[in-house]
Amino acid sequence: MGKHQRFIEKLIHGIFLLLGLVTVGCVLLITVYLILSGIPAIRQIGLLDFLLGDTWESTAKEPSFGILPFILTSVYGTAGAILFGVPVGFFTAVYLAKLAPAKVKSVVESAVSLLAGIPSVVYGLVGMLVLVPGIRALFHVPDGASLLAAMIVLSVMILPSIIKVSVTALEAVPKEYEDASLALGATPIETYFKVSAPAAKSGVAAAVVLGVGRAIGEAMAVMMVSGNVPNMPALFQSVRFLTTAVASEMAYSGGLQRQALFSIALVLFLFIMLINAALNFFLKRDKEG
Amino acid sequence: MKKKTQKLLGLVMAAAVAASMLAGCSRKLSGTVATDGSTSMEKVIGALGEAFMEQNDGVTFTYNPTGSSPGIQAVQEGSCDIGLSSRALKEDEKNSGLTETILALDGIAVIVHPDNPISDLDVDTIARLYTGEITNWKDVGGNDAPVVLIGREAGSGTREGFESITDTKEKCQYRQELTSTGNVITAVAQNPDAIGYASLASLDDSVRALTVGGVAPSEETVKDGSYAIQRPFVLVTKTDAKLSEAAQAFFDFATSADAAPLISKAGAVAAN
Repeated sequence: MGKHQRFIEKLIHGIFLLLGLVTVGCVLLITVYLILSGIPAIRQIGLLDFLLGDTWESTAKEPSFGILPFILTSVYGTAGAILFGVPVGFFTAVYLAKLAPAKVKSVVESAVSLLAGIPSVVYGLVGMLVLVPGIRALFHVPDGASLLAAMIVLSVMILPSIIKVSVTALEAVPKEYEDASLALGATPIETYFKVSAPAAKSGVAAAVVLGVGRAIGEAMAVMMVSGNVPNMPALFQSVRFLTTAVASEMAYSGGLQRQALFSIALVLFLFIMLINAALNFFLKRDKEG
Repeated sequence: MKKKTQKLLGLVMAAAVAASMLAGCSRKLSGTVATDGSTSMEKVIGALGEAFMEQNDGVTFTYNPTGSSPGIQAVQEGSCDIGLSSRALKEDEKNSGLTETILALDGIAVIVHPDNPISDLDVDTIARLYTGEITNWKDVGGNDAPVVLIGREAGSGTREGFESITDTKEKCQYRQELTSTGNVITAVAQNPDAIGYASLASLDDSVRALTVGGVAPSEETVKDGSYAIQRPFVLVTKTDAKLSEAAQAFFDFATSADAAPLISKAGAVAAN
């Protein structure tokens, strides 16, 4: 290799490193910015009053900034989405990975990909026009915009990530395991649920965690179907999520209100970090086990 | 040879463009017009600013959506040329050396589902509905059904206007707080028991606007003051300081008859 070539090699290395650092830089910038802008309001309000206060009246004359309703709503909403979404997603994944004929599989898989590509505002719009009036008529409640509506929309939105990751995990189960089970006289269904699924459990867990991450971070769609009032969560109550609390007030906010919105974003960020850590944990275990 | 001619042609054209731009500047007004204030006036002031910049391409027009009170403060401090307020100035603000010029009027319509039998409410009843004092439509002569209150998010200009006119600030028991006029209209159109409020100009056929105290909301009733739920859009200037040439030109333009169609297109009723 000539001197000239070596120089070019080094140069290209340098450029790639720089590009990689852009990503790292963005993450650092956002983290530092969020922490710096989120801390002052928490200090002023008091950590406990902020996290455990149950009233949010940011524009009142004597404002109160308690985000417990938002935290609980986000947790409940996500849990509900998982409750509806995981069974549907998991069984779809088992069907696609193990049972479906090739033609059906390709059709369903492209439908799932399409579902993943639908913008969240479209989910919100359909939810607002179909789901909200539907819930109102079905359950005889005054208004359908509620936690339940948000859970349903979220459960549909997390389906693609759950299905795709679960399918990959199930397909990665060594064929020998299944063959052995079948050879011992187990039926195919028994094999899939007693051998394949347990063997793929880390991957499926990762899919669930990914779904949680998607659900907790969604703002637009839930803003349109959840009513958006800072109430304590209940199934048919109008509720506000951590994400929508930031999104709905940011445009007009000022002073302590704006700082408090950054603090909410910081709390949300910590939630997402936790979820990412959980995801890494499952993926690592998958590799080792 | 061919390349060279092309290059030359390009150069000549670039020079011509630059020259025409320079000429444009020297003939016309230049400078900046800085406005600051009410978020509710965004559409109106945006339309006016755009039209003004089109007519005077040397002028830069800026609008900072901070809210009425911050806008008024900004004029006082001199950090902007013209303040925008979606409420009338208070006495002490006028006494501190500010002048208000009413640019336009904004009517807020109270809307219900087309199937709702109610067609008229007065301001006091609307306030009692929104504060949760009346929770069933039958108490105001309607169906036996719970009242579903739809409103805007905290900080919205329309919400501020509605709550200050009906005197329900911080007392409204909303079932839904939505972030745009369109969403409010959609939500009301989906629910026969819902009531909401929206800027007069944004209404469509999917909902019905109530008459308030017997007066239907329209451009005429807002302008003659008979429709109660309305507020002024005000240009705030310093009483004893002169505006810059560009700012004065914008002020004259905005309050001229030429601006009226732009203002009504943006959803308000022109005052001039």
